[in-house]
Amino acid sequence: MTVSSVMDTSRRMLVSGNEAVTLGARDAGVTRGTGYPGTPSTEILENFAAMGGQAAWSPNEKVALEVATGVAMAGGRALCTMKHVGVNVAADILFTLTYAGIKGKGGGALVLVSADDPGMHSSQNEQDNRRYAVAAVVPMLEPADSQEAYDMTRQAFMISERWHLPVMLRMTTRVCHSKTILQPGVHALACHGTNQIGFERNIPQKVMIPAHARPAHRRLRQKMAEMQQWLESTPELHPIIEGNGDGEGASELGIITSGISYVHVREAAPDAKILKLGMTYPLPMQAIRAFAESVKRCVVIEEGDPYLKDAIRAAGIAVESKSEMYRFGELNVGRVRRILARDESPEAAPPRGKPPQLCPQCPYHPVFAALKKLECIVSGDIGCYTLGALQPWEAMDIQLCMGAGIGVGVGLRHTLPEDQAKCVVSVIGDSTFMHSGLTGLAEMIYNPPPTGHVLIILDNGTTAMTGQQEHPGTGRTLNHEPTGRVVMEDVARAMGANVDVLDAYKEPEKFEELLRRRLEQREISVIISRRPCILAAGKIREYERRATGTA
Amino acid sequence: MTNQVVNVVLAGLGGQGVVKASDIVAEVAFRSGLDVKKAEIHGMSQRGGSVSTDVRFGPHVLSPMVPTGQADFLVVVEPTQIDNNRGQLKPGGMLIDPSMIDTKKLRNTKTLNVALLGVLSAHLDFPPESWKSALSALLPEHLRDINEEAFDLGRNIGINKEPCP
Repeated sequence: MTVSSVMDTSRRMLVSGNEAVTLGARDAGVTRGTGYPGTPSTEILENFAAMGGQAAWSPNEKVALEVATGVAMAGGRALCTMKHVGVNVAADILFTLTYAGIKGKGGGALVLVSADDPGMHSSQNEQDNRRYAVAAVVPMLEPADSQEAYDMTRQAFMISERWHLPVMLRMTTRVCHSKTILQPGVHALACHGTNQIGFERNIPQKVMIPAHARPAHRRLRQKMAEMQQWLESTPELHPIIEGNGDGEGASELGIITSGISYVHVREAAPDAKILKLGMTYPLPMQAIRAFAESVKRCVVIEEGDPYLKDAIRAAGIAVESKSEMYRFGELNVGRVRRILARDESPEAAPPRGKPPQLCPQCPYHPVFAALKKLECIVSGDIGCYTLGALQPWEAMDIQLCMGAGIGVGVGLRHTLPEDQAKCVVSVIGDSTFMHSGLTGLAEMIYNPPPTGHVLIILDNGTTAMTGQQEHPGTGRTLNHEPTGRVVMEDVARAMGANVDVLDAYKEPEKFEELLRRRLEQREISVIISRRPCILAAGKIREYERRATGTA
Repeated sequence: MTNQVVNVVLAGLGGQGVVKASDIVAEVAFRSGLDVKKAEIHGMSQRGGSVSTDVRFGPHVLSPMVPTGQADFLVVVEPTQIDNNRGQLKPGGMLIDPSMIDTKKLRNTKTLNVALLGVLSAHLDFPPESWKSALSALLPEHLRDINEEAFDLGRNIGINKEPCP
């Protein structure tokens, strides 16, 4: 599992940041990739599998991080990918994994890719996952382009293996989905260490009961103090880039920045001296202090939350920062110019384009038609079908996060007056149901509202929104090969629900009649409307044909 | 140095080949040895919504996103998407839009994106062979002929127009 064998110094390629992470993972000798699809992270794992890497979608991000932990604890190198909100799902294990640390017999490493979405191009929030690095005590690297995405992926594995900690690689939409030039191997740090598979028993370090966790927390903080010292003496992770100006001008303006913001800053302020932070947790505070003292005006420019500004000021270093208005949305060259000019005048609203909508032949149309007609209160979920909230249906009333539609629906039923409660319907997609709908269904059975509840599972046989990925309900692996299938109607029946399965697209009247009837009954009902996604149907037929052909 | 960067914004609706067209532009610039960056947004735009992509090339490119109002060229595949993208053009920049193409002359209207690239190609310094080889590299073989035809149609229209100032 050495890295040098696959390094190629002559190749120059134009690749996305996601492709670069994949190449970095390959060149870091990754044993197994795990994850759950989520824009803008999805292509990383797909590319890794396409290059021959071992990779699989998990039912959700928490399971993905658990599997990755097992891989690392067995001495392997694990890559775990998800979008920023996926880290919320995975957070439970993350916060204690750092206490335990990662150590197999001869190594073991884990890199968690968090793909943040400033500006919310396709997400429900723009949370800044640098906060997770601090809260869960996870070292964090932030690449600015594809070259850095490649290099830092390799560095992340090196750091993980050296310090026996998971490392987060924080990507953002513009790094994930921008194509820039990459020369694999040219600038990369070597990935040291032989990677020996094997389990090492160490109960006090790996079983986090309170008696073990108390010293583990102290060990973790000690490790981070040591890492911070190492970071201070590793300037390639916080380089200073001089400006174009002459010596005198260069010391006037200094900018501290990281990630994609760096390229905007470099373009907006060619004369400024820049401290570019490649590692944003821990922070090289001595280097930051020295930099701030070397310039007349020091400005922190960061996308999203004022994370760097707060940390730097808390260390007693005087820096200027963006005003609150630039916390919202992405940064770009124009906004960086405004920040530097201390311009707080209102920004022109970007012109509105055409919003997305359900495909004309989407199998979900009749479902939303019936929900609208029956004047339901719809507690919805995350997926293409969230577009049911827009014109022409406007038939979704609440949507917050993956799987929430069921529990929120139950809460509404418990609380609303009966005439409204009996109109509440939860709507969830097939992949989302597998992701985090099962516990919501258990809640429906366990704490049934007096009016009962109706859950509609929209089963289009794929994770449509993110680009048609497989999930446990399709019975196919990430590579579209046959595997075990979780049959959702069997699961729902076994859990105690009344279950109907039909195709609302083919039989819209029957669906409407069934929904009307179920709403009148005080029972726990699940209606599965099953028809393949119009965009995926051809491919699904091909996968099925291939499977039966080889059987 | 940055003023030598050429900025191209391509726009349209999901499913019109906007991203593919931007990949072709980026590929041509990449093959000529220039620095190239390309920014695009996936996700919700796949569901028929507005799509726009930025391609920047030159000796050294910094931000992958074309700064607002600095596009040298704005290529729009869908007429309804001109107004919401016009602000991307710099003063004197060139709008390339479907009104320049007689779509009846296209064997398949889905090649409109490539026909517009043909128009664009007439205003950039890359040889036509570079464009042809990028088309071959990025499009399926069975679609090559109709796309080459569309490209040539657009290029001839572009050559006969006044060059961009």
